Amino acid sequence: PWKAMHDPATQIWTSFIAHEQKRDQHQSSKQHGGPTMAEKGVKVFGMWASPMAIRVEWALRLKGVGYEYVDEDLASKSDALLRHNPVTKKVPVLVHDGKPIAESTIIVEYIDEAWKDGYPIMPADPYDRAQARFWARFADDKCNAAIFPVFTATGEAQREVVREAQRCLKTLEKALEGKKFFGGDAVGYLDVVVGWYAYWLPIIEEVSGADVVTDEELPLMKAWFGRFLAVDVVKETLPPRDKLLALNKARREQLSA
Amino acid sequence: LQSTSYRHIASAQSSMQKHHTIWKKNRQNMSSEKQETAAVRVLGRWPSPFVIRVLIVLGLKGVDHELVEEAVGNKSELLLASNPVHKMIPVLLHHGRPISESLIIVQYVDEAWASHAPALLPSDPYARAAERFWAHYVDDKFPTAIRVLRGRLDGDKDEAAAQVCAALQRLEVAFVECGQGKDYFGGDNVGYLDIALGSHLGWVRAVERIAEIRLLDAAKVPKLAAWADRFCAHPAVADAMPDVDRFVEFSLKNDGALKAASANSK
Repeated sequence: PWKAMHDPATQIWTSFIAHEQKRDQHQSSKQHGGPTMAEKGVKVFGMWASPMAIRVEWALRLKGVGYEYVDEDLASKSDALLRHNPVTKKVPVLVHDGKPIAESTIIVEYIDEAWKDGYPIMPADPYDRAQARFWARFADDKCNAAIFPVFTATGEAQREVVREAQRCLKTLEKALEGKKFFGGDAVGYLDVVVGWYAYWLPIIEEVSGADVVTDEELPLMKAWFGRFLAVDVVKETLPPRDKLLALNKARREQLSA
Repeated sequence: LQSTSYRHIASAQSSMQKHHTIWKKNRQNMSSEKQETAAVRVLGRWPSPFVIRVLIVLGLKGVDHELVEEAVGNKSELLLASNPVHKMIPVLLHHGRPISESLIIVQYVDEAWASHAPALLPSDPYARAAERFWAHYVDDKFPTAIRVLRGRLDGDKDEAAAQVCAALQRLEVAFVECGQGKDYFGGDNVGYLDIALGSHLGWVRAVERIAEIRLLDAAKVPKLAAWADRFCAHPAVADAMPDVDRFVEFSLKNDGALKAASANSK
């Protein structure tokens, strides 16, 4: 049975891996024991379909930081991942010069601070920072929990869960009022955290036959989707739509079975 | 409960007088900030560890504040207006602007009063990320388990106790990594992670008595056991977090009723 955990989206979207994904797998660095040498550089342990992992990529690319991406098979996690994140064993994990950081939102703040002279991700003002963190938490705790049922529900039950998801997103939408992005004129922390909605929600809608983010119900969010998807670092990193759609269709069937 | 809250406000005010003297040096640093009594208000209620966090950080930073005590099971208009999304305590009102979520409030106070020592988060980004990770871990592992052990929430008490003990084992290791062998997770001074975990100590010690179990076992987690005594004895903490007897008393009076109601604090 599904239960809410932190990083619920990773758990939801990536815990059931279809056969097709294993076939397409191109594992880059599965470590086989032996002494570890001092690592330099930036590595991201992620999974191609994970919205939590893509946050890390967006943050790194905004800063212009090069990195190696390690695509994990979550049904068979690498020794390296388990060594770097023994506490939660989840993706994403950022490894910077051999030092691991886990939890996507914490990683994004780390990236902002470690490369502090680059693109500013967090707002400068303490009150604005508090608001950005508040909405990020709200999105991850409440919105994600409201969205998941849309994925699997059908018929009348689906109408109910869609309304609940819309209620949550309408609350979040308030943080967009009068702005191009959550971050203001340019993308910021909250855009990086919730940006995955812009790409994944339409796929969820297609797979489940529900309409969640519409011009009538969520006009600001819908408009922001378009603007966000046009941002260069976003365009560069999105997984292929047909692949993501196929994976989610297969997952929905498994969950409904 | 009315008289309890009055006594707490009175004692909070008298300890704030004491702190006014101790943190006088910080006062001199406050250039444009006016000495309004209502500039900083905390909406909350003392037994909440999340409210306690906010009171600790304000005490550490020497920030004068007013505690607006929320009645149990009855949310004020001010709370509903200040935190319409969650309707939960604590809320910090700074010149009327609300900030919610205890750990977010703690970071806000650290940043807004950055000129007041001590800095709650280390300056190194990696060390900051580590403290944030463990604070997140604390809130994942402790609150629900403690509610179960208090009898405020239905659940398996043995499982809840095991979860707390396992978490403390992990934190025993983290204590050395973060604090580098010093007195606190924050090193020489109380920091963000000290506050995040330490604010749960009132209830941890209370449920040890209520449920007759040992959680903070000096044999299993010696460093944390010593740290816990040190943390609770710190003046800013002692003012914000009453003695364990008060927690036990509160639990005996309220937790049966609270289980029925839906009152939650974050």
